[in-house]
Amino acid sequence: MSIPTAATLTRTERQADIRINGLAKSYGLPGHEVLAMSDVTLDVASGEFVAVVGASGCGKSTLLRILAGFEKPSTGSVLVGGTPVTGPGSDRGVVFQDYGLFPWLTVRENVAYGPRQHGVSRRAARETADEFLALVGLTRSAGKFPGQLSGGMQQRVAIARVLANNPAVLLMDEPFGALDALTRTDLQAELRRIHRANAATVLFVTHSIEEAVYLADRVVVMTGGAAHGVPGHIRQIVPVNLGDNRDPSSSEFNAVKRMIADLVHEGSDHV
Amino acid sequence: MSTRTRAPGQGLARTILLGIPVPVLVVVLWHFGVTYQWELVFGIRMGFLPYPADVAVSLWDFAFGGLRNDAFSGELWVNLAASVGRVAAGFALAAVLAIPLGIFMGRFYVVNSLFDALINLLRPIPATAWVPLVALLIGIGDQATIFLITLSAFFPIVLGTISGARQVPPRLIEGAQMLGSSPLRILYQVVVPASAPAIINGLRIGLGLAWVVLVLGETVGVRVGLGATISLARDIVRTDLIVVGMICIGLAGYLSDRLLVWLFQIVFRGRPLMK
Repeated sequence: MSIPTAATLTRTERQADIRINGLAKSYGLPGHEVLAMSDVTLDVASGEFVAVVGASGCGKSTLLRILAGFEKPSTGSVLVGGTPVTGPGSDRGVVFQDYGLFPWLTVRENVAYGPRQHGVSRRAARETADEFLALVGLTRSAGKFPGQLSGGMQQRVAIARVLANNPAVLLMDEPFGALDALTRTDLQAELRRIHRANAATVLFVTHSIEEAVYLADRVVVMTGGAAHGVPGHIRQIVPVNLGDNRDPSSSEFNAVKRMIADLVHEGSDHV
Repeated sequence: MSTRTRAPGQGLARTILLGIPVPVLVVVLWHFGVTYQWELVFGIRMGFLPYPADVAVSLWDFAFGGLRNDAFSGELWVNLAASVGRVAAGFALAAVLAIPLGIFMGRFYVVNSLFDALINLLRPIPATAWVPLVALLIGIGDQATIFLITLSAFFPIVLGTISGARQVPPRLIEGAQMLGSSPLRILYQVVVPASAPAIINGLRIGLGLAWVVLVLGETVGVRVGLGATISLARDIVRTDLIVVGMICIGLAGYLSDRLLVWLFQIVFRGRPLMK
């Protein structure tokens, strides 16, 4: 993998904080709704990296999908950079677990897709794409199709595609969940490096506590969910003060990890 | 590597070799059937058929002339051009109407609800049932034929496009939305390419039907065209020319399908499509 130069590490020009207030989401027909998530209030500072962990069904993906604008909240409000979220928009880039790349476009065309939606010329979009492909170390795969790449490489393309669009907020929905352990570790380190350089606000949903502690400034622990008879909600927000060079084998790292694991499990046990 | 490149070649030679015996056998049986005036099931009296060799001579003469020197000598190309023109016009019109409608119906509940009932009511009516009405409303001739072709090709294309547009993975739509695509751009930049395999299937079925309906339209009131040739040959009891006309339409239908698939491959230039 090539080491990007300072010039290739493009800092986002847009900065935004996230303010989530009293968010709830219910599903089902009127009169027979099931409350999947309720009373979620969370502020994420501009440039902050926040991870959301919790067991399946706790509403963490629903929260992310509401932020992305793919779903509407039943009650509550979401402000990104002071503007209410009313639908999907390119100020909020989403990285999906299953990549969501366009199979008929080359890797370069996939990354150039976003800029092309905003009136950027074909040539300029191509240059931007190459710049971000260099950032994720995929320069040599630019002419290939996503189906010809491994899962880890496809996820790199998906990250480059979102970054090329210069979003203020990165929403990542278990992005490394489908990858093998080695690839996953590589991509985590890379994401840290990219975040430090790019300074976009990140909301990162994962079920791996270790991943959350390794990456995030703060970890939001969610518990509950329809299966537990209680709507999904935020149990606690844990700051991670481990500095920039985190060693997952250190005792401090494991202390934070254990504490979060206890919170996740208490949350599901006591119901 | 070497076995991988050789195997398809061997397979192709094998396929071609295996493809020969059955058609040869049919031609041989045809020849003897005519010679000995066999009677087959359905009361088929083979004695009324021309010999395969006669058909071959007539086919050559129809295409290049110089053998029989009758009214049909060398007339293939004029008739073929007329028929291809009608099929192309009717089919293109059907595609231009059906693909956008199918895309909108597949993606928008309201559009689907507006047109679904009408399409499903009209779809089961065969083109043959339209002929008397079309004859009264339009008359007989070019326009009536093209109308019937458009009508018949329209339904398979629209249905193929609808099913393709419905099956676009939601994730791809979300991906385009969060990258800032407008709803209209999502339709032609994501929904259309993602639906391409289903659209091409609909187009191929529609084109096949176009040739079927061409003969129907050309049988009455049209003087130039492959269907018209068959019709004329029947009037003057030239069974060899009827068979020649049938062969020409079959070949034209086959080649137009190949052309469609080839054009499709040009447009997508080896890009992987949705499965």
